[in-house]
Amino acid sequence: MTTVWVPADAAAVSVGADEVADALVAAGATVRRNGSRGMLWAEPLVEVETDGGRIGYANVTPEGAAGVLDGHGDCLGVVDDHEWLAGQRRVSFARVGVIDPQDVEGFEAQGGWAGLRRALTMSPADVVEEVTASGLRGRGGAGFPAGVKWKTVLGAEADTKYVACNFDEGDSGTFADRMVVEGDPFTLIEGMVIAAYAVGASEGYVYVRSEYPHAITALRRAIETAYTHGFLGRDILGSGHHVDIHVRVGAGAYICGEESSMLESLEGRRGEVRAKPPIPALKGLFGQPTAVNNVLTLCAVPMILADGGRAYADLGVGRSRGTQVFQLAGNVARGGIVELPMGVTLGELVEGYGGGTRTGRPVRAVQVGGPLGAYVPPDRFDVQMGYEELAEIEAMLGHGGVVVFDDTVDMARMARFAFEFCAVESCGKCTPCRIGAVRGKETLDHVIAGRDVERNLELVDDLCNTMTKGSLCAMGGLTPMPVQSAIRHWPEDFDRSHQEQEGVPS
Amino acid sequence: MTTESFTPHAQRARTITEQHLGDRGPLMPVLRDLMEEFGHISRDDVATVADVLNLSVAEVHGVVSFYHDFRTTPPPAHTIALCRAEACQSVGGEQVFAETVAAHEGRDDVEVREVFCLGNCALGPSGMLDGRLHGRLDADRIAALTGDWR
Repeated sequence: MTTVWVPADAAAVSVGADEVADALVAAGATVRRNGSRGMLWAEPLVEVETDGGRIGYANVTPEGAAGVLDGHGDCLGVVDDHEWLAGQRRVSFARVGVIDPQDVEGFEAQGGWAGLRRALTMSPADVVEEVTASGLRGRGGAGFPAGVKWKTVLGAEADTKYVACNFDEGDSGTFADRMVVEGDPFTLIEGMVIAAYAVGASEGYVYVRSEYPHAITALRRAIETAYTHGFLGRDILGSGHHVDIHVRVGAGAYICGEESSMLESLEGRRGEVRAKPPIPALKGLFGQPTAVNNVLTLCAVPMILADGGRAYADLGVGRSRGTQVFQLAGNVARGGIVELPMGVTLGELVEGYGGGTRTGRPVRAVQVGGPLGAYVPPDRFDVQMGYEELAEIEAMLGHGGVVVFDDTVDMARMARFAFEFCAVESCGKCTPCRIGAVRGKETLDHVIAGRDVERNLELVDDLCNTMTKGSLCAMGGLTPMPVQSAIRHWPEDFDRSHQEQEGVPS
Repeated sequence: MTTESFTPHAQRARTITEQHLGDRGPLMPVLRDLMEEFGHISRDDVATVADVLNLSVAEVHGVVSFYHDFRTTPPPAHTIALCRAEACQSVGGEQVFAETVAAHEGRDDVEVREVFCLGNCALGPSGMLDGRLHGRLDADRIAALTGDWR
């Protein structure tokens, strides 16, 4: 009886993994479901257990499923040794794709709970110090030092404190939060319990976007299991510490990924951003001190506590320490998860791991850091992936998403789309964002139609300036980033004066 | 109180809302459950929720109208939600979206709507057909997957 692994990750399922699993069961194999290895171009990727390791087969179809049991198909060899994985430094993703995500014993056998066990032998202040020493910064994109944030919450005087996990991963080109929760949910739970212990909270909330039904199911199941095994609830591991975790599902609003908007939504209101100060660390959820952290930030914590902050800080570049989970997406030959120390160049990711475009045409632009991130041209591929390093070329790391476009892309249309997206998703609280996004889209329509191009581009520039300086949050404040980077690097796409004027209302 | 509030539907809406009275900030879970149960949130449901949670009707309406997921009219038999975000655009998502909208013009049993990102950005164009995620979509594949929606 051969044992095979078939990912139950949403991405794998979206291209037929469930049907492949059924076919393998019918063929007599013992089928186990794992998360995805992050080699998404190869999904459905079936792994066959052998004495020599788990042998992978790429792009398996239901028709070809039985064949892999006899070694037929697109064989990748031992998956652990595959070039895509061998060079990576998987910290947060160490277990994703390897274990059965819901197998709590399997999780422990692979190093799970070690960070929590060590944390519970330390004082909360020492746990915070360990995270500070690691240099870990907010992986949601803001890059704020996690230890500093935790220290603020720990020092705040309050009867009730909260941990709130931001799992509203709405950026196009990002899926690492989803994949770690689907593929290794206990790591997030462990990170949250450590965070709660460190800041003195006994209640945690995970705010997850509704577009992630697989992840919601996986997380809820894992939380139930964690309660059963004493890793959540009263007196965790006999420490006397008590933590409850609740899952709350969003309702389709990109802005709820902004931390204060997320808190409003958790409280049962419209997801409108809050003016700061006060900062959430002092006055957050229900007015109480709250540690708000992204999924990836919390998923780095267990390893930091298990191996020590120093080991994490030894990786990286400049003030960007540790690893970053990069996500290669869009028009890329090999899309998926690449976890590497900060400092890898953009070119290594796009050309090396990604293998260029899926269409085989030249790369023309890469958007880094989601819909609010800059478009970067290939002549900047030498940039190192770090917070400050990207800022130097007027770009940003964001949540680590890298979206590739080939030479058929029209950058004026992408700039217009940035405004359009902002207009649809703006919470409406502040004027620069609410009105600016709409006017920006309309003005770029004039540019695209070749009307008064120079004057209209001046107007766009002025509008971007207002939005950057005058918006309450990053939604309005950063929408100019993709717009202005497109105009800066691809001016030829905006020079439409020679074109036929068509199809755009004056 | 109108006679409206004694229909089985209204009673059910009330029961669902009351189940969350112990939650902190119960409104979002309540609205999600109502969507799950009825497929939409009617004006009467808004009034019921406001009554049970001791909120103003305006406040509940404001929350319902803010979020894309909450609809106030019954859903059609089928929905196709296609991603229009950047990663899917880079592999032809806009064309798939336009073709799909055109193919379902005049069908009131199918709703084609845009979404921005389903977290399947390496395998786009992506979409959800009746709540099921599909990757590597094109117009032909959508036609094949929706063939029995007549």
